[in-house]
This record gives sequence, structure tokens and C-alpha cells, in this order.
Amino acid sequence: MHTLLAAAADDQWITLDWASLGSTFWPSTFDGLTFGAIYALVALGYTLVYGVLNLMNFAHSEVFITGAYAVVFTLTSLGFGASPPNLSGPEIVLNLILAGLAGMAAAALVAFLLERIAYRPLRRRNAPRLVFLITAIGMSFVIQNLFFVWRGATAEPSVTMFQNKAVFDLGGNLIYMDTLIIVIAAIVMMVGVDQLIRRTRLGRGIRAVAQDPDTATLMGVNRERIIISTFVIGGVLAGAAALFYIMKVPSGAIYNGGFILGIKAFTAAVLGGIGNVRGALLGGLLLGVIGNYGQVLLGNGQWTDVVSFIVLVLVLMVRPEGILGSNLAKVRA
Amino acid sequence: MTSPIEDAAATQSHLDEQSERPKRGPFDGLARRWDHLERWQQWGVLALVAALVYLLPVLNPPLITSEPSNDFPITCANMAIYALAALGLNAVVGQAGLLDLGYIGFFAVGAYVTALWTSTDSTFVKIPYLWTLPLAMIVTVFFGIILGLPTLRLRGDYLAIVTLGFGEIIRLLATIIPALRGQVGFQNVGAPPGTKSDGNPVFANSSGTPWYWLTVTIIILLMVLLGNIERSRAGRAWIAIREDEDAAEIMGVPTFKFKLWAFAIGAALGGLSGALFGGLNGFVNNQKFDVQTSMLFLAAVVLGGAGNKFGAVIGGALVAYLPLRFTGLAEYKFLIFGVILVVLMIFRPQGLFGARNHLLTYASRARRWLGEKTSGSGATAVPATEESSS
Amino acid sequence: MSSPASDQPEVRTPEASTAEGADRLGVEQPDAPPSLESEVAQVVAPDRDIEVAVGDNLVEIRDLTVTFGGLTALDHVTFDIRRGEILGLIGPNGAGKTTCFNAMTGVYKPSDGTVELEGNSLGGRKKHAITRLGLARTFQNIRLFGQMTALENVVVGLDARHKTSVPGAVFRTPRLRREEKSSIEHGMALLEFVGIVDKSDVLARNLPYGYQRRLEIARALATEPKLLCLDEPAAGFNPAEKDELMQLIRTIRDDGYTILLIEHDMRLVMGVTDRIVVLEFGKKIAEGTPQEIREDPKVIAAYLGEESDDGAA
Repeated sequence: MHTLLAAAADDQWITLDWASLGSTFWPSTFDGLTFGAIYALVALGYTLVYGVLNLMNFAHSEVFITGAYAVVFTLTSLGFGASPPNLSGPEIVLNLILAGLAGMAAAALVAFLLERIAYRPLRRRNAPRLVFLITAIGMSFVIQNLFFVWRGATAEPSVTMFQNKAVFDLGGNLIYMDTLIIVIAAIVMMVGVDQLIRRTRLGRGIRAVAQDPDTATLMGVNRERIIISTFVIGGVLAGAAALFYIMKVPSGAIYNGGFILGIKAFTAAVLGGIGNVRGALLGGLLLGVIGNYGQVLLGNGQWTDVVSFIVLVLVLMVRPEGILGSNLAKVRA
Repeated sequence: MTSPIEDAAATQSHLDEQSERPKRGPFDGLARRWDHLERWQQWGVLALVAALVYLLPVLNPPLITSEPSNDFPITCANMAIYALAALGLNAVVGQAGLLDLGYIGFFAVGAYVTALWTSTDSTFVKIPYLWTLPLAMIVTVFFGIILGLPTLRLRGDYLAIVTLGFGEIIRLLATIIPALRGQVGFQNVGAPPGTKSDGNPVFANSSGTPWYWLTVTIIILLMVLLGNIERSRAGRAWIAIREDEDAAEIMGVPTFKFKLWAFAIGAALGGLSGALFGGLNGFVNNQKFDVQTSMLFLAAVVLGGAGNKFGAVIGGALVAYLPLRFTGLAEYKFLIFGVILVVLMIFRPQGLFGARNHLLTYASRARRWLGEKTSGSGATAVPATEESSS
Repeated sequence: MSSPASDQPEVRTPEASTAEGADRLGVEQPDAPPSLESEVAQVVAPDRDIEVAVGDNLVEIRDLTVTFGGLTALDHVTFDIRRGEILGLIGPNGAGKTTCFNAMTGVYKPSDGTVELEGNSLGGRKKHAITRLGLARTFQNIRLFGQMTALENVVVGLDARHKTSVPGAVFRTPRLRREEKSSIEHGMALLEFVGIVDKSDVLARNLPYGYQRRLEIARALATEPKLLCLDEPAAGFNPAEKDELMQLIRTIRDDGYTILLIEHDMRLVMGVTDRIVVLEFGKKIAEGTPQEIREDPKVIAAYLGEESDDGAA
């Protein structure tokens, strides 16, 4: 018994490094916000599909990683490599837009096929929930392993998009270009989606289907069209997230790279309130920051994942409807 | 000689057959024929099957054998351990309808419990290997309850994502917590006692047969106990929850309580199989517990047919066996089983063996009851069918 | 038996009533006792204290209000359900009948008001606890456990009164054996009572539609309810089947159960109920005997006027 206690007491288990957290507080906050913006974009895909189908689309993480592969392939073929490109500013922007479009297209295509091949036949048959969930996780597994068989267990060679520079100084803390681009672009896209849901005809359809599919169908909403549109929108956002992810993690295109990010994005969606577009943004940013603090505090990059997971369990325990509440669809017990 | 009881029973089976005819699968006929055997006949068949199963590594049949690439008794032991894991997951996914995607997490916890309390590399007090089996179950049940309490009150999706995360987190913790030794791992994990006449231990890491026999014995014992649960209020509650959770609750089933039971039982069996896995290999590190293996367990359960114990055991054994037998496939095993999983879900969600659960302890009494009533008040209550006598 | 004058308490014994019930079911009475049907009442619920005083309030519903978002689906509805009566709950589509049911059985959380069963408030209780308190229901859209046999479905209902959990099942305790044995007896008796005992071994999803409806009633009865709520049990039935169902409902009532019946078919409601509560747009607009309801101008305006062919019957 004594050995047991001794083992638990020494630093073989967990050590908390408060000093590091204090000294790198602001850099980790900004870095966390950057990752949080990426989580938020992926979280939207979960939230939207959850809203209209009441389904946790496990394969959304693979939609994302497909986008990441597409971004890397495009950039590599455009001559990008491990060192920053020797191009002028506008040329870089053009190339990045091209890569981003490729990522969005690839991700949207996978999301589209996923819906058509896997989910739609089940819906036709009125399959029970468990069958939907197993199919979703099965598809995730299949896509992941297709990449494994095709590209092997190693990551794609890394691509650096630009020479990352400090843009301005915020009270003694430097804000870097990638942080600025990612956070602003993500917020712009989120506002766009929010407006789309609130103002457009498609958005009304999505909200109607989320609230009550049967009544929506009676009122003349084409449910199948709404569902497929939702998958495609989620795919486009995941593709954009993939571009930003590769910007932050140049060697991020690996067959299982979507898995943990998917769990974090889902956590972000739940944290903000699943089905809630603004909640996804809030949840993503919060989770990014919390994860980064955890990583610094516990002294290893992989603690981010563990901390995010603990956040998920705690949220479900304390407030399963999330911070802003679920409003696209309800969390039904 | 046809008694009214048999008559009534025959009528029943006839009706059964008629109404069940539309859905056909490769093994439906087998399952139905099995249902209609007498109890003693069923026991006889089971005894024969059990004898064959026990003899499998000794017989080492050609074509079936995994040699020369893999030692066959070791293959058998792995099959049995996977079968045990699938049996546990079957209670959770197949019967209660709860999607547990982090089963590998419980498996890993079980293996690490064994390693921490028996390996020479651990700083913990050492206890005999066999004591770590119940200990592993206790620890995994504890983890199961921690995960289950917040999520089982919510929709099934949340349980799925939380367990999925759990499976990965356990592996990460094994990597980043220094005391769990990451890839270096724990050598000399314990084994059950006993030495052979030549002085070598019975449960050596190189001899799969004793491990296989131990695991098969545990599986048989557990199948009897799980069968007892299945044919009780708890088993009925599980199936009712799987079929329609709200309706079950409204019919008086305390759904949360029974979901938690299912989840805890699954966790315990996962821990047990992990502890056996640790003992068999004699070595535990962070490399063997990736989440992909969770999907293999899930595929095993789905392959066997959700809810069917025998199916789950066969599914588990197959999932372990095929990559070891056809080593050319090993690299693609995750892809292959993933595709099987999806295809089965879309085209045959009831699995290969579409057998249903038997949920009553004294089902035969119902037929007797029917027989007595029929003979008591004349044949009017049960419509007589000419075909049933043939 | 004449329809009970619900104002004045009346004493009824189960034996007397079941003999009549047997007649109504059209089952041949054996010459020698014990008769099949009198056994049913005892076998179904031997432990249930059959209330003999008919007429006092079993359920009191006060100001029950349910809102969804901004919409008030049920607006301060107040009525009583008296012991031993068949109370009809009627109203046009969307009047709040099923909402009222759901609020009583704990499916919806009422935003205001109380429901008391024998003085026990049902508010805030878990759904399964409400069932064990003595309130059972059937569903408008049948919700049987499709992969279970008819008998197993009924036994799930019986399990509401059982206590054995997983440990008891693993070790096969004497209590488990006792419960399991009595489950078979009671379950089969219930199936016989609703007239589908010959299908006891058939999976619920393979049963014909009418049998499924009857099985739902048997499953609800199995929970030994004090109040049995039937949500449109005759939906999709032809007139002959409706008549049989009416007989069955009367027999159940005569066995000492209290019944709350939601039904669209006015002929059935008028023929079988003792009293009727009428809802419209979530509000109670009338309450009384079928005769009074038939003549109530508000009801005629709200309901019977629309569906005159039904109402005229």
C-alpha cells in the first residue's frame, strides 16, 4: 500500500507548471483562439447536420481531413514546400484561395457522397438510430482507412504557406499574421452562415426541418434538398477549416488527423449548445483557449486533447444544453 | 403421440414461421431449427460444440490453421480474448442498444491494471495475477460509471462521442503519464501459477493453449450468467430500451438504471479481456490500444447480429482470426471490417445470425399453460390448423 | 349492468362483474366452476386491492397548462376522473387531448397546474415512477417492442411490479424464480383476456394490426394501473372491430379499472363512456354525461357540427 501511495505522490503521474502558464499566458491565449476558430468551423458542420437530421455525423472529421489532403496536394502542385515560398504577397493570396477552394470542393464532395451513399438509404428504410450511428462511425472508419491504404501511415510532406510575421503589438504581446487571418476569416464565415440561416429561404428551410421535419414537409419544404444542402455547407466550412489547419500545422495531412480534431469540434459544438450557430463559435474559441492552457500547465502538447475531453464530460454532466442553449434542435433526453 | 401441448406448440411454430418468412438470411433457418430443439437436445449439441472448441488448438486442423506465419495456439488464445471482449460489448450495443465506441479503452485499462500490479517494471505492490482479473473488472466498472453517469441520461449520440473520446484518451494518457511508461511499457506481466513437469510455467507467453482454455472457460461461464440476465427483468428492459426507450420508460422500466447496468457489465468484461490480453502477451505498452481496434470489436458484434451472444462470440473470434490466418489481409483489416460494418448496416442490420433473444426464464410454461387451457375449454380458443399435424 | 350513475357511490365486486364480462367477450362458460373468466380477474392482479367504492375522485387535474414556446397547447384545464368510470376525452384535432395525456404521464412537463393520483402529485416524477404509481397508457401510434413476442411485451409491463435486478438474475434467487413463474401465468392470462393468447409466441411486429392494439392494452394492464389511459385505441378499426373493442373496454372497467379514453369516433365515445370532457383549442369547453354533451350547444358548434355524420350515430 505504501508503494502505491508513494507512486501516486511523486511526479511520475501529473505535475502542474503554473509558472509556465503565467509567463506564456497571452501567447497561449492567442494561439488557443486560432485553434478555437478552426474547431468552430468544423463544429458548424456537426451542429447543422445534427440540427436537421438529429444525427451525430461521425464521418464529418473525415470530411475535414479530405479537405486537408486537397489543400496540401494543391499547394504542393503549385510549388509550395517546407520552406516559405518565394512569391509576392498577392501571388500567395491567390494560391491560398485556390488551395482553399480545392479543399472546400473536396470536402463538400465527400460530404455529399456520404449523405447519398450511407445515410439516405437508411432514411428511406426508416432505420433505427443505432443503425444510423453505427453507419456514421463505420463510414468515418472506412474513409480514414482508404487514406491509410492510399497514402500510408505517415503524414504528407509539410507545406508552409507564408513567412509568418508579427503584425502588431498588443500591450507587449505580438499578434502574428496567421492568427489574424484565421480568426477574422473564421468569424466572417460564421457570421455569413448565421445570416444564411436567419435570412435566406434555404435558412428558413433548415430551421423548419430542424424544428419539425414532418410539418416542414407538409408546408412544402423539400426535406431531402435541405438535408443535402446542409451536408454541403458543412463540407465547405470544413474545407475552409482545413486550409487554416494546414496554415497552423503544416504537416497536418495524415490519415487519422481528423479524428481528434473531430472530437474537439464536437466538444465545441456541445459546449456552445448543439444546433446553435453562434454557440459553435463561442464553444470553439473557449475550447481552443482552455486546451492550450491545459497543455502549458501540464507540460505536453497531447494534454490539449485530454483537457478537451474532460471539458466535454464536464459540460455533459453540468449543462448538456451548452452555454448558449441548443436552439436549432433540442437535446432530447 | 401428439398431446395438446405439442399441438399448440406446433401451431405456434407454424404461425411463427409464416409471419417471419419475409426476412431471410444465410443462418435464419439454423436459428429457427435451434429454437425448436428440445432443451436436452440443445444441451447435447452445446456439449459437443464445447468439446470441439476446447480441442481446437490441439487438433490444429489443416486449412484452418494459421501456421506457419502465426502460432496456432496463440491465434486461438487471441480469438478467445476477442470473443470475450465482443461478448461484453454485445451486452452494451447489441442488447441495450447503447453505442460504446471506446471499448478499447476498457480493454486497455484492464491490461494496465494487470501490468501495474504484476509487472516487475511497476513500482506498485505485487499481487497474484489471478487477483488482477477481478481488480481489472472493478477498476473498469468504476471508469464505466464515471463515463455513464453524465451521458446515459442524454441521447445516444453523446454516449457514442464520449466513449470514442475515452478510448483515445486512455491511449494518450498511457503515452504522456511517465508512470505508465509509454512505448517502453511493462515487461514480465504476471500469469496464473503452475509449473509443468519440465519446470517451465504452464501459462508461458509462448504457449497459447492454457490461455485459450482459461479464456474459453471464462466465456462459457459468462455466457451462462449473461443468459440468466437476458431471461430476466434486466434482459427484457435492455431489449425494450433498444426497441423504444420512451415507451419502455412509460411502461415502468427504470431505463437509466438498466442502461448503467449494461454499460458497467460491458466495461467489466472489457477490462477482464484486457487483463487476459496483458497476461497472454506478458508485455503491455501503449501501442496496441488504438481506437481502430474498438471498431473491430464493434464489427464483431454487428457481424454476429446485435444481441446474439453466440453471434458476438463467433464474430469476435473471426475478427481476430482472419488477419492472423490471411496475413496478406492484415494490412487492410481495418478497411475490410469497416466496409463490412457499413454494408451490413445498410443491407442487413440484424447481422449474419438474425436470431432473436429469449427473454423469459420459464418460456416453456407458456406453452404448457396454453395446452392446459386448450384442453380444458375445448379446442375453440386456438384455431386448429391441419398443416400443423404434419 | 347499466351504466353506473357516477354521482352516487355503488358497490361492485369483481366476481360479479367478470361473469358478465365473460358473456360480453362471447366466450363459452364451462359448466363447472372455476370458470375461466373469473380466474382471469384474479390471475391478472391478485394483489391489486380492488376498490369497491366507486365514484370518489381517483385523479384530480387542476389548472393543467402546457406551453410549447409561445404556443399554449393546454390552457388551465381542470377535471376529475372518478373511480370506476370510463371518462371520454374528446375534441377536434389539435384540441390538446394527447397533450393532456402526455402531461399526465410525465412525457411533457406542464408549465402550470397539478395532476394528483389518489392525492399523490405526479408533477416532477420520473415517467417510470408515474407508471408504478398506477397510471398506464397506450399509444395513438402503436409503440410495441417489435422484436419481442406478445408474451414478452406483456411481461415487460408486469415487470413494473417486479423488483429483481441484475444480481438477482445472475444468481437466480428464489424471488426471481417466483416473479418469472408468475409472469408467465399473469402474462398468458392477460393475453387471453384481450383475446390474443394464441399469438403469445409471435413477435409483436408480425402481429396483425388489431392484435397489436389489443396487445398494447394488455401490456398497459400488466402494470396494474389504477387508471388506464387509452389514446385512440380504435384508430384504423372497422365497425365490427370497434364493437369488439367497446366490449373489451367495458369488461376492463367492470373488472374494477378506471379508464380515460381519447377517441375520435363519436359513436364509440357516446356508446361506452360514463362521462365526457370536451377540449377545444386547449381549453375545456364542456363536461357531462354523453347525453348532456350531445345536447351541449358549445360542443355541437365546436365538434359535432363539423363531423355530423359521426355525431348522428
